[in-house]
Amino acid sequence: MSFLDKIGFTKLKEGLSRTKGGLIDKVSRLINSKAKIDDEFLSELEEIFLLSDMGFDTSEKIISNIKERAKTDKYENEKELNKLVTDEIKKVFSESASEFKTFDFNITKKPYVIMIVGVNGVGKTTSIGKLAYNFKKTGKTVLIGSADTFRAAANEQLEIWANKAGVEIIQNPHSTDPAAVAFDTVKAAVSRNTDVVIVDTAGRLHNKLHLMEELKKIQRVMQKVIPDIPNEIFIVIDATTGQNGLNQVKEFSNALGKVTGIILTKLDGTAKGGIVIKINNEMKIPVRFIGVGEQIDDLQIFESEEFIKALFEK
Amino acid sequence: MFEDLTHKFEGVLKKIRGQGKITEKNIDESLREVRRVLFDADVNYKVVNNFIQNVKAKSLGEQVLTSVTPGQLIVKIINDELISLMGSEKADLLFSDDIPSVIILVGLQGSGKTTFAAKLARHLKTKGRNPALAACDIYRPAAIEQLKVLGKSIDIPVFSIEGERDAVKISNQAVDFARKNARDTLIIDTAGRLAIDEQMMNEVSAIKKATGPAEILFIVDSMTGQDAVNTAKAFYDKLKYTGIVLTKLDGDTKGGAAISIKSIVNEPIKFASIGEKLEAIEPFYPERMVSRILGMGDIVSFVEKAQTEFDMTETAKLEEKLRKNKFDFDDFLAQIKQVKKMGSISSLVSMLPGASAALKGKEIDEKIFVRLEAIILSMTKKERANPDILNGTRRRRIADGSGTSIQEVNKLIKQFDDMRKMMKGFNRGKMKNLLKSLKMNPGMMNQFK
Ligand SMILES: Nc1nc2c(ncn2[C@@H]2O[C@H](COP(=O)(O)OP(=O)(O)OP(=O)(O)O)[C@@H](O)[C@H]2O)c(=O)[nH]1
Ligand SMILES: Nc1nc2c(ncn2[C@@H]2O[C@H](COP(=O)(O)OP(=O)(O)OP(=O)(O)O)[C@@H](O)[C@H]2O)c(=O)[nH]1
Ligand SMILES: [Mg+2]
Ligand SMILES: [Mg+2]
Repeated sequence: MSFLDKIGFTKLKEGLSRTKGGLIDKVSRLINSKAKIDDEFLSELEEIFLLSDMGFDTSEKIISNIKERAKTDKYENEKELNKLVTDEIKKVFSESASEFKTFDFNITKKPYVIMIVGVNGVGKTTSIGKLAYNFKKTGKTVLIGSADTFRAAANEQLEIWANKAGVEIIQNPHSTDPAAVAFDTVKAAVSRNTDVVIVDTAGRLHNKLHLMEELKKIQRVMQKVIPDIPNEIFIVIDATTGQNGLNQVKEFSNALGKVTGIILTKLDGTAKGGIVIKINNEMKIPVRFIGVGEQIDDLQIFESEEFIKALFEK
Repeated sequence: MFEDLTHKFEGVLKKIRGQGKITEKNIDESLREVRRVLFDADVNYKVVNNFIQNVKAKSLGEQVLTSVTPGQLIVKIINDELISLMGSEKADLLFSDDIPSVIILVGLQGSGKTTFAAKLARHLKTKGRNPALAACDIYRPAAIEQLKVLGKSIDIPVFSIEGERDAVKISNQAVDFARKNARDTLIIDTAGRLAIDEQMMNEVSAIKKATGPAEILFIVDSMTGQDAVNTAKAFYDKLKYTGIVLTKLDGDTKGGAAISIKSIVNEPIKFASIGEKLEAIEPFYPERMVSRILGMGDIVSFVEKAQTEFDMTETAKLEEKLRKNKFDFDDFLAQIKQVKKMGSISSLVSMLPGASAALKGKEIDEKIFVRLEAIILSMTKKERANPDILNGTRRRRIADGSGTSIQEVNKLIKQFDDMRKMMKGFNRGKMKNLLKSLKMNPGMMNQFK
């Protein structure tokens, strides 16, 4: 059983329904009025796809798959057409989506070390507060490491989140060496017998080689305490992000050797976050969580069905 | 990439010409490439479609048909259309005669408002104004602290009220504070908010009403995708902001959001934010944005940055010494300082077209400069001026003093010698010529590929 099962889903619905109207509505309207796949239908689909930020190539690929399937598969009514369309989008996710259901943090290892990375201002620190809160709720002990030694008041911000979540934090306000703080955090977790460690890192643009080097060093230095950590590296992607999101994931995973999951934030806004479809089309890195607000309980498990539904909402 | 696009068109159009004439149908094939480029650059769906219509109409015109280089001509049409969409006007900040003249910064969460508030304050201070900052983000954990830290680092007062839960009240009192302390400009940092959050939008509206700003700047992340138009429009409808700031342009995003926003809100983009450090602020150049979108890299920005940050009199002195072969370690140290002033090496390199791709995998070790500096600083004055006296014992002492190894010291001295030799070949004015040619011929930067 995953501790994540304990997270309620109502909040997700609330968050997603704030995007009003409804994507599925739109497709069903589209389909109702036609119930057939013609050029007009396809061009309306293309509009929805491109507006979601899934990108030109991904959109083309899905649409051509829909066309192909429509040739062979019969769809009797709008409901079946609706399913056909949804299925084809879901396929991009499918391999990873199926993982989601069995996804478990598998906290056999102790401490279970999670490193959070991403470009500037996407919601790393906030997501850490939310994650810690959820781990804590399931009875795990959590230690947060403050390895953003650069941004003004980054320590203070993370400390407030740690307090809100009711978990402990390791920080060194005078340090300019993030790797040292990460090292101290893992050390402390080992001696305190902590279940989960979450390490915050400074926002950095993936094209800055020296900052990516710094990140690698954090990873290396932590491995001096336990060789095969971090157990998870989550990259945080802002739902408003355009096509650059793919580069972000590529570069971070190149530098670190792996990225094990995506946290998609700010889905409570009007942006669709379709960039994760593009990312999954190319890299199959599962989306693990979604951020749907600025409060501590605004974090949800990613559900591809729900997500696809929301794509079609206005 | 710009060249790529031209080639693509040449290819497609050659085929077409083989068929005798350019028709509506066969030109669609090349315009599909344009669509892809624009969507990959995050230009909004509706903007792209209108744009394609326009380019198509113009491309079907007579000249393209008969031109020997129809590909180039179409690229030119695209370039010109994009420039006209971006607008070319340069707009300065607006100030009122009141004391203080108020500037409010607004935008989505994490777009870079607080950082920009400090950048702008620093920038205005260098222009002779006397700014103050107001911390009106009462929501984000440690937001006030963040602004205070930034304000302190540039020696600019930050007005805040600890524990106050009414942002409008803070903004009001900040105006009084500025007036009493003879601060002629007040920059108000507000919380990040979603355009669909009515309550929060009302709050910022009330701040506007309370403070009567001369300028409201909409701060937007250049990595934003299709949603840029929704947000830009919603904020505009509510606040009628007077300018736009594009942040995080030091990344490798194309920044098509700029075009999308311009197409829907007719207000100027007043600044580009190009880094996390407080000096990383620039005026916005629309033409460069077009090159960036079409993939030409921001070569002109690079050259200008190199020109302004490189102290020209220093450079001239250096050239003189080089010519006379009197270049020593003190000069080397001065040079390292110059390069460091220009920002990180990687951020400079990222502005060059093709350079980031070419350097992929190769590592630029920024720390190397720190070590070089340490080594040189461990030399005596005499050693720095006369590199030839550096024998074994001296080298060992320098290694110990700088916390490096004898190998590193040897390596540096060898590199220094090589450099001296190489630079002898670098005659007077060569640097200037290099910069000039870069400016005129962006194509030559392809050597980086
Ligand atoms: N609406 C909304 N805002 C969010 C969400 N997640 C984070 N934010 C906001 O986004 C802003 C940036 O969040 P941070 O957690 O500081 O981002 P970060 O990635 O740690 O930023 P840096 O460390 O500066 O790179 C804050 O104002 C957060 O409140 C979300 O899911 N929805
Ligand atoms: N690389 C880069 N980073 C930037 C730039 N401007 C801001 N940042 C970084 O982006 C992150 C968010 O910046 P903030 O100034 O806190 O953003 P904000 O809009 O005030 O965020 P909220 O108050 O949470 O809405 C920080 O990590 C900044 O250092 C820029 O031009 N380039
Ligand atoms: Mg952070
Ligand atoms: Mg802020």
